[in-house]
Amino acid sequence: MAIRAQPLTLLQWTGAVMAALVFLAITAPLAAVAWRAEETSVLGAADWSAIRFTVSQAAISAFLSVVLAIPVARALARQRFAGRGLVVALMGAPFLLPVIVAILGLLAVFGRNGWVNAGLGLLGLPPLEIYGMHGVVLAHVFFNLPLAVRLLLQGWMSIPSERFRLAVALGFSNANMRQHFEWPLLRMMVPGVFLVIFLICSTSFAVALTLGGGPRATTVELAIYQAFRFDFDLGRAALLGLVQVAICAFAAVAVLGVAVPQVLGAGLDRAPVMWPEAHRHRFIDGAAVLSAALFLMMPMIALGLRGVPALPTLPAVAWEAAGRSVVLSFATAVVAVAMALPLAALIARGRARSILELVGSLSIAVSPLVVGTGLFLLLFPVVNPTLLAIPVTGLVNALAALPFLLRALVPAITEAELTQGRLATALGMRGWPRFRIAILPRLRRPLGFGAGLAAALSMGDLGVIALFSAPSQGTLPLEMYRLMGAYRTDDAQGAALLLLLLSLGIFWLFDRGGRLHAAT
Amino acid sequence: MLQLDQVMVRQGEFVLKIDLDVAAGGRLAIMGASGSGKSTLLNLIAGFVMPDAGRVLINGVDVRETPIAERPVSVLFQDGNLFPHLSIYQNVALGIRPDLRLAPDQRVQVEESLEKVGLGGMGQRKPADLSGGQQSRAAIARILLRDKPLLLLDEPFAALDPGLRQEMLVLLNALCVEKGLTLLMVSHDMRDARQLCDQLCLLSDGIVALSGDMATLLHDPPAILAPWL
Repeated sequence: MAIRAQPLTLLQWTGAVMAALVFLAITAPLAAVAWRAEETSVLGAADWSAIRFTVSQAAISAFLSVVLAIPVARALARQRFAGRGLVVALMGAPFLLPVIVAILGLLAVFGRNGWVNAGLGLLGLPPLEIYGMHGVVLAHVFFNLPLAVRLLLQGWMSIPSERFRLAVALGFSNANMRQHFEWPLLRMMVPGVFLVIFLICSTSFAVALTLGGGPRATTVELAIYQAFRFDFDLGRAALLGLVQVAICAFAAVAVLGVAVPQVLGAGLDRAPVMWPEAHRHRFIDGAAVLSAALFLMMPMIALGLRGVPALPTLPAVAWEAAGRSVVLSFATAVVAVAMALPLAALIARGRARSILELVGSLSIAVSPLVVGTGLFLLLFPVVNPTLLAIPVTGLVNALAALPFLLRALVPAITEAELTQGRLATALGMRGWPRFRIAILPRLRRPLGFGAGLAAALSMGDLGVIALFSAPSQGTLPLEMYRLMGAYRTDDAQGAALLLLLLSLGIFWLFDRGGRLHAAT
Repeated sequence: MLQLDQVMVRQGEFVLKIDLDVAAGGRLAIMGASGSGKSTLLNLIAGFVMPDAGRVLINGVDVRETPIAERPVSVLFQDGNLFPHLSIYQNVALGIRPDLRLAPDQRVQVEESLEKVGLGGMGQRKPADLSGGQQSRAAIARILLRDKPLLLLDEPFAALDPGLRQEMLVLLNALCVEKGLTLLMVSHDMRDARQLCDQLCLLSDGIVALSGDMATLLHDPPAILAPWL
């Protein structure tokens, strides 16, 4: 049998062009990095130390995140209690939280003058040190513990409830549950979760920039930044970029080898699974959920308490930076959607699907900072890169958001084609009108969500902008970092609150726009 | 009017082999168990499936190369005949212009068509606000507008209760008479088939097991037809 092959529509052609552009936008900077790296071919002692620190902090962060997430995820899976939905939502919140905002919150709680050290001081204990390895791991656990909880919880929720019902009917004991449910699930899930978090932690520039530094706590990305900003040693920056690519590629190849849970899962706020004698675990489960919630909420509460009084006296530069950030954020959302929509339409068509999806997810495996480094190398001989700081940041951020948009859009287009495509074809709808009338209305929700995500991620990003920007041209996260560096903590906390409100606000705006009058 | 000339369609293990000739104005009921090839046959004529061998002729023209929408064919599916996000008016208007850019006189046509199926004044509602029977009527209003000589029905009443079925049969019968349509209906139900059609074709494992005049076959039913009565 031959299913009638539809010719490529203009949109799908655009998708093919986009795929090529995305591929080029990531590989051309990589090629530039590789080419430039040949000048300096020897890694110094400081470089090796940066590599060791990058790998060890990522491994420790990933290990702690996963281990601590297990009791929390299990508690959320087996207990029903008031506010469970809120806790699950809280576990999703750090995804939209700008890194530098969270760091300021963590400093307010765990920093030198933070709540914890105040408590320790009262007890006559020595203060906790947040800068260095401790702080980097703490911040990474703050961001990735919730991610690990969501991924593991998704694993629990994917087990058909009939099987739990059967376990209850058969009178399974705690040990039986471990043997038949918990161990098999954890064996399947933990390697993937660990590697995903390892990958995230090995490329998280903003955390290393603010909490790391010095000979003992410099990551490869931070070393790239320093080679750029302080020494302007482009050859060394490129060589370190190559090292970072190798670390990411290694982790990404490892990720390919294991079952990787989806990062954006829905449906976690369903009723929990039926668990034998769940009430007997109430105390330990309650303790797990409560401590996780406290850990995640305290920094935000501290930031709120300190940020609100500082908002009215924010310096003018912060407001100007906020304006640039809003523009950047909208532009990123537009570029990301312009790339994702045609590409998703092409992927949903089904031909050459795996290679197109690989191109679409390339930016997960390549650190944005390395792409930024490569773009700098490409632009530097032609034009002053600082003039292009905002466009380049927008492009890199859009590339970074692309995988998330595709993950939301491709299933929606496939579904719409499945349910509406045959009717549209039978009625002679084709080309743009077919997409606009029959398919696009079904994509409003994922489009709104994806655009909101791209906008929020770009709003809070402190990465490429730090490489390119001139002092008076920064975004709000960069301005915050400068305020922190100048020990203007009050202003920084006010700016953090502003940034948080802008990030959540712009996500809400897009996501809400997608839901409003959305086709059901 | 419709001829299938030594058509063969292969779908994995399953093979459909069929010769068929339906005169203009003829009304053929296609019956058979699940997996006998009924839907494949309909998809073949509509153009969703291409034959591996043989010819499909409509009005003497080989339509194998004709795009789906340009075939002189209207289809009423079992479900999913309406876009849930478009209004009833828009859904019907798609029958005139797939890009919904209607001239004033075409808008009048849409309203008239809605009136004809008893949905006057309901154009602004969404399909979800209508009953199952009203949704079918909206789809029929669009078939009226498309005005194609060959109508394919793919178990269109399977989801309707007996009262509504009767209503739809009457409506479709009137439509066929008024427009002089040639009709092909896939059905599970002999009551529907005998009321609307004058010929019968029984498919079994991808080949025609029985075919002929409806009245004659029902007057003295062969054994193979027994389970369907």
